[in-house]
Amino acid sequence: MSMLLRSWQGTGALILCLVALARLPLLSPEASAPFGSGTTAMILLLVVVGALASFLRMQEAALAGILFVAAHFTAWLLIAGLSGNEGQANLSFFLLVAACWLLGWRCISVLAEIRPKTGGASTALRLLIPAIFGAWVLILWEAITRGAGVPFILLPPPSAIWERIIGSVSILAADVRQTIFKAVLFGYAVGCAAGFIVAILADRVAFLRRGLLPIGNLMSALPIIGVAPIMVMWFGFDWQSKAAVVIVMTFFPMLVNTVAGLGASGAMERDLMRSYASDYWQTLIKLRLPAAMPFIFNALKINSTLALIGAIVAEFFGTPIVGMGFRISTEIGRMNVDMVWAEIAVAAVIGSVFYGVIALAERATTFWHPSNRGG
Amino acid sequence: MNTSPTPVVSARKLGLTFQTNDGPVHALSDVDLEVSKGDFVSFIGPSGCGKTTFLRVIADLEKNTSGEISINGMTPEEARKSRSYGYVFQAPALYPWRTIEKNIALPLEIMGHSKAERKERIERTLDLVNLAGFSKKYPWQLSGGMQQRASIARALAFDADLLLMDEPFGALDEIVRDHLNAQLLKLWAATSKTICFVTHSIPEAVYLSTKIVVMSPRPGRVTDIIESTLPRERPLEIRETPEFLDIAQRVREGLRAGHSYEE
Amino acid sequence: MTEPLSSRVLPVLTIIGVIIAVWYAAAIWMNAPFQRDLDRRANVTSTTMEFIGKTLSQPKPVVPAPHQVARNFFENTFLRNVTSNRSLVYHSWVTLSSTLAGFASGTLLGILIAVGIVHVKALDRSLMPWIIASQTVPILAIAPMVVVVLAAINVTGLIPKALISTYLSFFPVAVGMVKGLRSPELMHLDLMRTYNSSTWQTFWKLRVPASLPFLFTSMKVAVAASLVGAIVGELPTGAAAGIGSKLLAGSYYSQTIDMWSALIAGSVLAAILVTIVGIGSRIVDRRMGVKPT
Repeated sequence: MSMLLRSWQGTGALILCLVALARLPLLSPEASAPFGSGTTAMILLLVVVGALASFLRMQEAALAGILFVAAHFTAWLLIAGLSGNEGQANLSFFLLVAACWLLGWRCISVLAEIRPKTGGASTALRLLIPAIFGAWVLILWEAITRGAGVPFILLPPPSAIWERIIGSVSILAADVRQTIFKAVLFGYAVGCAAGFIVAILADRVAFLRRGLLPIGNLMSALPIIGVAPIMVMWFGFDWQSKAAVVIVMTFFPMLVNTVAGLGASGAMERDLMRSYASDYWQTLIKLRLPAAMPFIFNALKINSTLALIGAIVAEFFGTPIVGMGFRISTEIGRMNVDMVWAEIAVAAVIGSVFYGVIALAERATTFWHPSNRGG
Repeated sequence: MNTSPTPVVSARKLGLTFQTNDGPVHALSDVDLEVSKGDFVSFIGPSGCGKTTFLRVIADLEKNTSGEISINGMTPEEARKSRSYGYVFQAPALYPWRTIEKNIALPLEIMGHSKAERKERIERTLDLVNLAGFSKKYPWQLSGGMQQRASIARALAFDADLLLMDEPFGALDEIVRDHLNAQLLKLWAATSKTICFVTHSIPEAVYLSTKIVVMSPRPGRVTDIIESTLPRERPLEIRETPEFLDIAQRVREGLRAGHSYEE
Repeated sequence: MTEPLSSRVLPVLTIIGVIIAVWYAAAIWMNAPFQRDLDRRANVTSTTMEFIGKTLSQPKPVVPAPHQVARNFFENTFLRNVTSNRSLVYHSWVTLSSTLAGFASGTLLGILIAVGIVHVKALDRSLMPWIIASQTVPILAIAPMVVVVLAAINVTGLIPKALISTYLSFFPVAVGMVKGLRSPELMHLDLMRTYNSSTWQTFWKLRVPASLPFLFTSMKVAVAASLVGAIVGELPTGAAAGIGSKLLAGSYYSQTIDMWSALIAGSVLAAILVTIVGIGSRIVDRRMGVKPT
């Protein structure tokens, strides 16, 4: 067995390092606060150490640790050196960022190969790997926008977006209150409940089911979001019109999924209920609704995203002077892109939390379903 | 018996241990076995005795963790790479988007046979399994028994000398199974292949085999190897003869000796 | 389907009939206050029938009556020159072209990413969670920014809208394709292994055919999402043409009838696109041996 491993990322990082060394300095001569020679040497050394380590046959966790520190500490040094020198980065700077990125990639590859023994370690790994990936998206974004001096309106660096979030908590909170806690939650609750009730009705009345189901299926494919201007016209500029859009958007997925779910229980189970002479409601509550739960939760999940989209886009058509969609459309008009990104970041977090809460509820309710068991 | 110098399958002290969350599972331990050319060897035992695992080790679908095994004098991996066996699974495992003839063509395409040769081999193997008129049908248009015959044809198409069959008729009803057993014997006589056959049916094992390997679980091991005294020519009625019943009795005793019913 | 056609069509027609009846009732009800106001100012007294007739023929009603929308839709679709700015065919085409461009590139991108995820473990572990998570995010909110920012660097017209459609359609395709490429059973993969088949052969002969039904199912979602993306992409900056701009213009000038018929045009477009992909999906299902029901 050879002591060395193949590592194209390591090779690539070394080559990038060499080229970067030939093309020093890291910043253009006009830079007001250039990198000290000690820092530059340290950066190069760290990349080389990380790259060489990736060739060695050693314990995976140790290797991943070395790569993690080398890649991220170097990236931090590089980005920290940028402050005051925005847009002054030379080719060598980007080559070194790329080298760090290759080490980060290697780190992910090594981590992906680890087969942890305990469940806790495997969960940690499952979170750590995408976290590193996400961190690298931000690092590259930051390094490129600030290093190359990408115009602020085109793409602000993540640090500026973060500062904007911190600096405008009160505005963001007011927008969230208007859009999420008024329009989305109300519309979502009413839309889902209405879809569910009509589905039960349709289940009782076969004629209604045969008529509604094809229409419901069709409606799920249509750009319902287009009713937003009509709703704004009917219900005014405030949150009620947005809630109405959300209701229309969430109604049909719930209807179609619930009807499908009510048909999901097996013939044998239904025959069993029949043999007990159980009536319609007993069968519904004891058998068919539990069997329909995975479908209903599927609709709840789809609707969580749809509700956010509906409320935000409806605000593009007119609102009082508060709300996430309003903020996005006015701030973009003033070219305050950092505020737009801040709103989008908040919307992303809320969307994930919303979805996460429903997923947790699903796990608690439909723990028996094959997709939730074990694994 | 025409025992050739190198056995087709030869296992020495073969062991396989799976590491699971509940600790190690000894799927196979200390298995010694030789399969000669032209043999029809059945592996029988209760579930968990390692009979399927043994077949998968031969096929290089699992790796043994101890002992040695060779197929035609090669390691399982070399044997697989030189395509020296055909494998028939518990289910037909036909590709639903390919017709029967295209399913049989699959290994031939992968192994790089020419179009003309593919056509010729498809015809020949379909004849062997009596499916000549069904080449253009899709799998779901055929009965379960016919699907399994098509999958046997697929395993025969590339002329490997060794046929590994993992409970191929386990999912079929007994009437179909009897019929396919008789057909398989005919096919074996016509092609002079070596067959390793996993089953959990005693009559099936006795009816088909020249050698019956009785296995038992925890750990998976061989408890008895019975050489059949039945003639190679076997009509279905042979199953009522005292000789047949004697062998069946020995198999049953072998299974009981492995405590396989008490756990 | 053993049911006779009539038992499937009749309920749908009935429901549509009920919807139209409710629509008329709502139109009369919602337009009545304004009409009453109008009548009082003009000092006209009219019979109930006359009054109803007037509520259903206002030029800018709160709720336009079905026949008003139908007439507007028909006139603007079939009677106008297709190059005219008032033609719905023209606006639909503008939206459709960016929808299709975005859908095609989004599907391609989704397939490529899925192939990468299935074959490169590091990508699977690092990128896949983000793709799944980003489905929970209201990505559509980025649409106005994409359009405005690109306009700032002089990229306008089809490309920004197509970009929005691309990223909206890419997610469902990537997720569906990953599922599809992983759909072959273990037994099928073992079979390929016993043939000593290369990764490339397994990919083309097993994974790709097995994934096609999944691809088409996700493409149905993707094409609908693409259209929504294109329409929303037309909202900011007051794009000159397209269904979205027609909606926006309608809401600015309270031209409700125009708005409704633009909405109908969008729906017809969506129905056509989804139907085409659906037919493709049906053909692929049959071709791939999915048992017809």
